[in-house]
Amino acid sequence: MDRDSNLYTFLFAAVMVLVVATVLAFTSQSLKDLQDENVRKEKMQNILSTVGIITDRDAAEDLFNKYIEEKYSLKNDGSINSSVDPFSQIKLSLELKKSPDQQNFPLYIANIENSKYYIIPIRGNGLWNAIYGYISLKEDLNTIKGVVFDHVGETAGLGAEITQDWFKERFIDEKLFDSNNNLMGIMVSKTNNDPSNLDKNDHEVDAISGATITGDGVSDMIKERIQHYVPFFNSLKNKQIALN
Amino acid sequence: MIKNKKNNNPLILFLSKTSEPLFSKKNKALLSDPMDDNNPITVQVLGVCSALAITVQLKAAIVMTVSVIAVMAASNVIVSLLRDLIPNRIRIIVQLVVVASMVILVDQVLRAYAYDVSKELSIFIGLIITNCIVMGRLEAFALGNGVWRSFLDGVGNAAAYGFILILVAFVRELFGSGNLLGYQIIPDSFYEMGYENNGFMLLSPMALIIVGVIIWIQRSRNRKLIEKG
Repeated sequence: MDRDSNLYTFLFAAVMVLVVATVLAFTSQSLKDLQDENVRKEKMQNILSTVGIITDRDAAEDLFNKYIEEKYSLKNDGSINSSVDPFSQIKLSLELKKSPDQQNFPLYIANIENSKYYIIPIRGNGLWNAIYGYISLKEDLNTIKGVVFDHVGETAGLGAEITQDWFKERFIDEKLFDSNNNLMGIMVSKTNNDPSNLDKNDHEVDAISGATITGDGVSDMIKERIQHYVPFFNSLKNKQIALN
Repeated sequence: MIKNKKNNNPLILFLSKTSEPLFSKKNKALLSDPMDDNNPITVQVLGVCSALAITVQLKAAIVMTVSVIAVMAASNVIVSLLRDLIPNRIRIIVQLVVVASMVILVDQVLRAYAYDVSKELSIFIGLIITNCIVMGRLEAFALGNGVWRSFLDGVGNAAAYGFILILVAFVRELFGSGNLLGYQIIPDSFYEMGYENNGFMLLSPMALIIVGVIIWIQRSRNRKLIEKG
């Protein structure tokens, strides 16, 4: 057949597309389990790292089962929805599309050397795409123990810097609530009077130059997500007071 | 480029008509030539974008090298196998499809078996598709040459590209963060004496400067690369 005829060109293109599609679909399907397993263990690694346990991926599952004592999916009113497994059945990206009353809010409680930490998954929007992470609170349900941030497609060198340790460390020991128990969140602030971050009660951390919108996204997602846990926190605090 | 495709290059005409050992002198040249006289980065100045982007750490550079070798060898072989079947009018599209599929395969494999590295390289794996070296070798070599020679040409060019990547990454990681492959190399006593890591090494402009220095060294050793006039 003439290699320059239209028919040959079309036939060649059609066959090529079929072959390529088959090969790629087959590869994707056969590697999917391994890939999902990596993502699952990375989630465990992230949750553990907010409470200061840094581990490689292979050890993550054992440590996760060891330290994460309780996990709940909460409703917006603070009650526990026991029919949903927070780790495997809640995808925050999907939850965020529902109205708050329809959502499930995952909460992990870690117990490390008899201190309890409350770990909350967060998710919001950066400049280009979603940003997400975990935030862990100390037993007072106010002081931050640690945070992890990650992103889908923020600009390398600017917005993507939220994943760096020096940025995450700024959040440690900051307070989410003011003295009257109002949720203040943590503002990623460009006009911070406290750039070396000595004041841990100002609800502010210093922003990253050139990453204003990503930084605002971080502030927003922390406040937006935490507000749904306030009813549960209040009931927990009341219980603690009753016990004392 | 056109010269090779038409096969009127006397060297190639000669080679295609003789049976020769797998690693004949001329085939070996396909591997060694890109290393010096025809280096894709320092002589042809192709693929510089990725050379700037992923050379902060040695590990990323090594994985990128391995990935590019795999992609280039495989796509050179495939295009060479199909070279008598590919319709001339859509040959660039066909090359693109071949390269893109190879890249997706590499990406999928990395995600399954080297998840951390694949996260680190993120979009740069995808950008192998647009790496000028890959398309350049397909168009200039694989379309006009046999399978084995195309394979050697792919490996040779990718390895030469990777060699420069690794060289640049070595300098940048060592002086930028004091590490190699993530392990600390510069001893603590140096830091105590006032040594500091050079933060500039971590920024992309420094990669360009290092590539420039490599070109300088190469040309002072290899005088025939210096343009006349």
